[in-house]
Amino acid sequence: MTIEKFSYDNRIVRNFAVATMVWGIVGMLVGLIAALQIPFPGLNFGELLTFGRVRPVHTNAIIFAFVGNGIYMGLYYSLQRLCKARMFSDLLSKLHFWGWQSIIVLAALTLLTGHTTGKEYAELEWPIDILIALVWVIFGINMFGTIIKRRERHLYVAIWFYIATVVTVAVLHIVNSIEIPVSILKSYSVYAGVQDALVQWWYGHNAVAFFLTTPYLGLMYYFVPKAANRPVYSYRLSIIHFWALIFLYIWAGPHHLLYSALPDWAQSLGTVFSIMLIAPSWGGMINGLLTLRGAWDKVREDVVLKFMVVAITAYGMSTFEGPMLSLKSVNAISHFTDWTIAHVHIGGLGWNGMLTFGILYWLIPRIFQTKLYSAKMASFHFWIATLGILFYTVPMYWAGFTQYIMWQEFTPDGVLRYPNFLETVTQLMPMYKLRAFGGMLYLSGAIVMVYNLVKTMSTGNLLAEEAAEAPALEKLTVEPTGHWHRWIERRPVQMLLLSTVLILIGGMVEMIPTFMIKSNIPTIASVKPYTPLELQGRDIYIREGCYTCHSQMVRPFRHETERYGEYAKAGEYIYDHPFQWGSKRTGPDLLRVGGKYPNVWHYHHMIDPRTMSPGSIMPPYEFLSENNLDTASTPAKIRAMITLGVPYPAGYDQQANADLMQQANAIAADLKASGAGIESNKELVALIAYLQRLGTDIKADKIAGAN
Amino acid sequence: MFRQYLEQIAGVGIYPMFSLIVFFVFFVTLILYVTKADKKEMETISQLPLQSNEDSNA
Repeated sequence: MTIEKFSYDNRIVRNFAVATMVWGIVGMLVGLIAALQIPFPGLNFGELLTFGRVRPVHTNAIIFAFVGNGIYMGLYYSLQRLCKARMFSDLLSKLHFWGWQSIIVLAALTLLTGHTTGKEYAELEWPIDILIALVWVIFGINMFGTIIKRRERHLYVAIWFYIATVVTVAVLHIVNSIEIPVSILKSYSVYAGVQDALVQWWYGHNAVAFFLTTPYLGLMYYFVPKAANRPVYSYRLSIIHFWALIFLYIWAGPHHLLYSALPDWAQSLGTVFSIMLIAPSWGGMINGLLTLRGAWDKVREDVVLKFMVVAITAYGMSTFEGPMLSLKSVNAISHFTDWTIAHVHIGGLGWNGMLTFGILYWLIPRIFQTKLYSAKMASFHFWIATLGILFYTVPMYWAGFTQYIMWQEFTPDGVLRYPNFLETVTQLMPMYKLRAFGGMLYLSGAIVMVYNLVKTMSTGNLLAEEAAEAPALEKLTVEPTGHWHRWIERRPVQMLLLSTVLILIGGMVEMIPTFMIKSNIPTIASVKPYTPLELQGRDIYIREGCYTCHSQMVRPFRHETERYGEYAKAGEYIYDHPFQWGSKRTGPDLLRVGGKYPNVWHYHHMIDPRTMSPGSIMPPYEFLSENNLDTASTPAKIRAMITLGVPYPAGYDQQANADLMQQANAIAADLKASGAGIESNKELVALIAYLQRLGTDIKADKIAGAN
Repeated sequence: MFRQYLEQIAGVGIYPMFSLIVFFVFFVTLILYVTKADKKEMETISQLPLQSNEDSNA
């Protein structure tokens, strides 16, 4: 047996660690700004820094920049050691690193300037989508290259989680990002309405599963044993955890669409699979926690383990809460309220954040060959972060329940007790302030960590090339007689194929029927395509991120139909590329807002929301009355819509602007008559046209079809 | 887009049955494997993260 000498690449690990820290601070800071903008709407500055644009920057920064770099940091460290091999290619490592950082910078720039697809957590426009796919492939090749040239026959369970991540994220990203480009930074989703919602939440749910969960579980299975210096509690349990998790997760997406216009069978599918998910998730949590059996005394002293214990506990709480939220009766309460926000932050701050911090505190001193600069500071970070999580989530749970209770309360006479939505918003202000305080605590802890780790790095020396040696992997001449799993767990390529097949089955069973069976989306004869002006207005609605606070989905509850009007039908959304159902109601639902108020109300409300609705926390959109509408884009937009099957007459792209101006002039004239002078070529006019159209089609005619 | 292609697939009724069978087979196989797995090998694999030689400066 020949012993081969080689070295581990720690420089790339260091680079990703630094990126994790930098983007972590940025992402949390942006989150804090967004949190403050809700109780203090005066903090919505100008065009670039309104809540609707800041919030996607926060979510994308935390998911893809902070957690993304955290994944790569831990993966590049653990994969090399578990494979007893250096990364496949230094060049690919570098391309991966710089490619990903440039995606993040491009994302921040485009999101703040309003270039968004309007689909949550998939907001980036098509050129960036392509770049993401390229960089992801580079990452995949680098990872598989390393696995293939490994010197350890067995693939440890962490590597399986990494493999499942690479495959599934690629599938999710590509399927959900299929869009028709209109210009260099504008595209329309090829899916519409209900189908778009189904694909988006299949993606959204599994982005949580395969970006925020599986790679971090891989990290857990490597770094928790490492930090505790003992093997995982049960390797058998980890096998079940892995296969059951990736098998079940992919099906559960529709639980984000309960009581929506999605067909009932798909909603039930989501619920059933979500409940089943408790089993593998808790198996994994128990496995993680029991790894510390007999080592709990270490947890008292070792800050790394403290972070990890809180992380795993948060994973357990989140994965219990998730299935509960997908029970229809619970979902009726939680959906569209701040309960969802609390839930995701148990996962984000607790699971992802705390595990990342734990790994950073463990990793940095090791690759810099030194001790942590200050254990006291790290301990302070631990406590302030834990407090921050509590101060964040408890007020949000409180706010969520308050919202629901107030939304659905009727007086004994049978009318809504709080008919004015705003009453339910102003009630929440103390909670929103407390939440921001919690976020601030968490952020300050992270800043202390960065200081501590920078000091650690400056006192130590980076061991860029860590020498290692291992016997070369000999070719097995005789296959050991064994089980199929022994066969597969040594063969990464087969593992890759099997996990792909598994996730595709779930995705296909979930989506194909909705695409196939026409009766799943009963058409409504009176639902017509948007006029060119409304289409332009809709794009402004998307650009400003209105969906981050307003839903367009009236659920079939008495309190909702009483408050908003007729409940939503699947057939109403067939021309919505992309759908805009939204996921929380910081503001009221807008599905039936068309015709509810005169044009001039919208005019004043947009210029300064508080003149029309005292106490409103909506950002002011005065700039829409100053910006000229970009009518040059109309023909291309109409052509794209025709390609997507929207029935505009042939050649309509050339007449569209004439119709647009006619409608705009009419609205401007009406506004003028009401005492609000605005030129007809302003963006605000288009937005008003869109808002006045919303939800009005079904009033025009009786419903045709299966409804 | 690809809705048109998918519309041509017949026999949607097999989906639930297909899913049930896939499930059943999948989990039965998984449980069989895990209960039958070799204990020694499981232990060897679970030691993998602890093997590397960089812990001298811990």
